[in-house]
Amino acid sequence: MAKIKGTIVVDIEQCKGCGVCVTSCPTKTIALGRDVNGKGYNYMQMVNPESCTGCTNCATVCPDTVITVYRVKVEE
Amino acid sequence: MIKPENLVYSRTKVLTDNIMHYCPGCSHGTVHKLIAEVIDEMGIQDKTIGVSPVGCGVFAYNYIDIDWLEAAHGRAPALATAAKRLNPDKYVFTYQGDGDLASIGTAEIMHACNRGENIVVIFINNAIYGMTGGQMAPTTLIGQVTATTPHGRNVELNGYPLKITELIAQLPGTCYVTRQTVYNPLTVRKTKRAIRKAFENSMLKKGTSFVEVVGTCSSGWKLTPVAANQWMIDNMFPEYPLGDMKDK
Repeated sequence: MAKIKGTIVVDIEQCKGCGVCVTSCPTKTIALGRDVNGKGYNYMQMVNPESCTGCTNCATVCPDTVITVYRVKVEE
Repeated sequence: MIKPENLVYSRTKVLTDNIMHYCPGCSHGTVHKLIAEVIDEMGIQDKTIGVSPVGCGVFAYNYIDIDWLEAAHGRAPALATAAKRLNPDKYVFTYQGDGDLASIGTAEIMHACNRGENIVVIFINNAIYGMTGGQMAPTTLIGQVTATTPHGRNVELNGYPLKITELIAQLPGTCYVTRQTVYNPLTVRKTKRAIRKAFENSMLKKGTSFVEVVGTCSSGWKLTPVAANQWMIDNMFPEYPLGDMKDK
């Protein structure tokens, strides 16, 4: 069965760590990390990269449009 | 996996590279993105004129790469009227907050909608004056604590919340009046469809399209962005129910 796998790229310096994306992620792939960016915000990171499905929910709700989403279909 | 052929979502080119000055989690950023995406999808970047307000949205011209006018406080619909009448082949929209549209600009918005100008009005309602420090706006909820109502909005003293979108829906000049929000992926996508429909209406000479977006002001409400979204669901939506009020 084909499996959908996704990944995201976050523009760390533009992320303001609002956390709106974290609550809209259906697979709990992302979270606000302990690291901070140049402006002192705890930027968003992937904590479970394996569970990402590339659904684009996080990028859709991001107020600062800092998330880029990639998705592939993997044949097993 | 990170290859161009696998790309499913990226920042639209209609948004500039400037970092938005909005607070973390502000609804303005999401609505800016939706407007830019609609302009990108319709291919009208060189045919769109925006009119920015006074308020937090004043710097919208720094973030969306189209032609802009900057109106005096509340006067964006008047300026948009002139821009549309002189350039009928251009898509003209105003972007206004609740202090700008529902308070100082009430006359302009009422008469522009009543004349049925073929413009789009994007109205961000966060029930507070965000830019000036969180004072009471006409749309502030009863009992809501703001800088100028420290004990909550009192009806005897401050009157009732102004439901401007319901008023505008009664005007025969409007063709599409809707209230949306942007707190989760579903509502963001619905708002995008509403904005696209409004832009399409403006070329069909049907009248004014009015899209209210109920948004958050986490700094003004003194909440975290996620808690502000929940406060909006619990308190704003009973007073400002979502949905289309008019679609003809």
